[in-house]
Amino acid sequence: MAKEKKNLMSDVMEQHDLYVSSFRALEREFAARDPQWLLRLRREAIESFARLGFPTVHDEEWRFTNLAPLAKVLFQAAPDETDTWDAKDLEPALPGGAPFGSPEESSDIRLVFVNGFYSERLSAVYGLPQGVEAGNLAGLLKKKDGAAEAHLARYADHRVHPFVAMNTALWRDGAYLRLPKGTALDQPVHIVHVSTAGEVPLVSFPRNLIVAERETQATVVESYLGLGRGVCFSNAVTEIVAGENAVLDHYKLQRENGQSFHIGALRIYADRNASAASCSISLGGALVRNEAAAVLDAEGADCTLNGLYLARGRQHVDNHTTLDHAKPHGSSRELYHGILGEHATAVFNGRIIVRPGAIKTDAVQRNRNLLLSPDAVVDTKPQLEIYNNDVRCTHGATIGQLDPEALFYMQSRGIGAGEARNILIYAFAADIKDRVKPAAVRAWVEDALRASQKEAG
Amino acid sequence: MLSIKNLHANVAGREILRGVDLEIKAGEVHAIMGPNGSGKSTLAQVLAGRDLYEVTGGEVTFNGPHGPEDLLQLKPEERAREGVFLAFQYPVEIPGVSNLYFLRAAVNSVRKARGLEELDAYDFLQVSDEKMKRLGMDASFRERPVNAGFSGGEKKRNEIFQMAMLEPRLAILDETDSGLDIDALKTVADGVNAMRSPDRAVLAVTHYQRLLNYIVPDFVHVLLNGRIVKSGGKELALELEETGYAGFEGMAETVVSGS
Repeated sequence: MAKEKKNLMSDVMEQHDLYVSSFRALEREFAARDPQWLLRLRREAIESFARLGFPTVHDEEWRFTNLAPLAKVLFQAAPDETDTWDAKDLEPALPGGAPFGSPEESSDIRLVFVNGFYSERLSAVYGLPQGVEAGNLAGLLKKKDGAAEAHLARYADHRVHPFVAMNTALWRDGAYLRLPKGTALDQPVHIVHVSTAGEVPLVSFPRNLIVAERETQATVVESYLGLGRGVCFSNAVTEIVAGENAVLDHYKLQRENGQSFHIGALRIYADRNASAASCSISLGGALVRNEAAAVLDAEGADCTLNGLYLARGRQHVDNHTTLDHAKPHGSSRELYHGILGEHATAVFNGRIIVRPGAIKTDAVQRNRNLLLSPDAVVDTKPQLEIYNNDVRCTHGATIGQLDPEALFYMQSRGIGAGEARNILIYAFAADIKDRVKPAAVRAWVEDALRASQKEAG
Repeated sequence: MLSIKNLHANVAGREILRGVDLEIKAGEVHAIMGPNGSGKSTLAQVLAGRDLYEVTGGEVTFNGPHGPEDLLQLKPEERAREGVFLAFQYPVEIPGVSNLYFLRAAVNSVRKARGLEELDAYDFLQVSDEKMKRLGMDASFRERPVNAGFSGGEKKRNEIFQMAMLEPRLAILDETDSGLDIDALKTVADGVNAMRSPDRAVLAVTHYQRLLNYIVPDFVHVLLNGRIVKSGGKELALELEETGYAGFEGMAETVVSGS
């Protein structure tokens, strides 16, 4: 292919072709293995991607997130190397221990994936209550019982979103969890996605599906952890169905190296009186985009979306949230805290839609940002589309610095300036961190916060 | 203990302290009184090292544990570790940081500087329990964020509690009595009096004479337009209560125009 003068458009075109040809190369494998409905879905999805293409800053949804750095890298689809992995290989990715306990000390359920491929050896699935299914999505397809077809891709729409389209076409595996009516899982389910690369930059497409039927209760912790210093791109999609009266607590922990890219979409469907909460904690990556969207599609649904994002150097972290109040008496709460140092940049876009019939909606959104340097930049934007008068929708955003009076107060009691700064920064993060219910996960976040404070010096 | 000579200080380009002279010896309790705007709080904050204030002249010598120090050269945390404590007039709120965490970090920073072992969680609770009881503070106070949602009285009590835990050589009280009812005032005064000793000194900045009924001073100074215009014993405070500051205005004028 004759190479003309490189510019953004040609980078994007190359990338575009790259993913489409990646699909063509894998198509035979998909055709051999996948059921018809899935093959058809993949083909539709790659066509969506071909039509939509890579977003640019001229697309409203990507206005503040320039994908040029991602477009510049020629990724290869990661191969399945799970055979070569042992538990100890995982350890460097887990700062200060795991968000789950060791097999000896905890009964947590653990589904581990490396570059989007399931590793049975690293996973631990036992002690499940009757009827609960926990495993890998590719394994579920083999069962041919229609459960996947009923839900997969029903909530994350590939026709309107290029990265959802890319994932839907190219995903190899991911986690599957199904709780039948009335079941409660006491121990958290950990979905651990490790990404790693050597000299060659690798892309992986984790795809997760969680179906919590009516009156169920569970905690799910999704971790995206980078290992080593290679350049990785994780394009992840997670769909969660919270059935009538179900209670679902979800966490997304993301910590990849400073050269890697992460674009993740979370789609939650909440049924009548369901209570779904998701907390996103982003601690590292060159460019990270978390999309958390929930649709409250029946009366009395309740959704909470919380988040914490840290960025330094020239990192960029973009959180786009959507709360779609489609029916009456729904409630939602959002609290996102960001801490930016050096030349980091961040975006918060909080979209709330209240549909015409959704009376008595109660929505509160707050975004607070702490800037530790004069060169850090955050763009924060509430996006309210309210089509009903009988509602309460409050939103607020702040951008501030460390309080010099609080710093002086601490110093006047003998606390050194550096320690005083760290105490305030930690307290700002703790507002979100303290809402993490599983103790082991909270401890993992605390360790990661302290480690990042040490790195910052 | 503390020697202030001809101290000048600005804030936002305006001169507030215009040549303050003051000598405080160990074991003494000094009170500084003056009208609003005289520079009382400025003096307290400059001694603590708040960088909003620019010192434009004079010197301050503090007799620390290692001998005399040029106080103005030290950072705020260094002054605290040397044994200078300021009880703030308006203590700031620090949401997200518990009183326990904050105070233990402070106490251990100061202990470390003094070559003492740090207090572990258990020891800290023991020591703080006893002092909290004396000040009539509830056990739940420890877990609450620093000063967050505290009433004025609670904030002032927290200042005295911190002082009791840090055991300073020089305690500077910046209008510690403002906004307190009699009971709270008595409790706070008890806390301060409990700290009195031959090797400690107290500098109480106050607008109202009432505090000095409970914390009886050895010396009272009148601060007017950035200078100390008169010094005397505790009777001076009673005199001021009666006649106000008007009588001293003439003195301030004279002093200023004479320089």
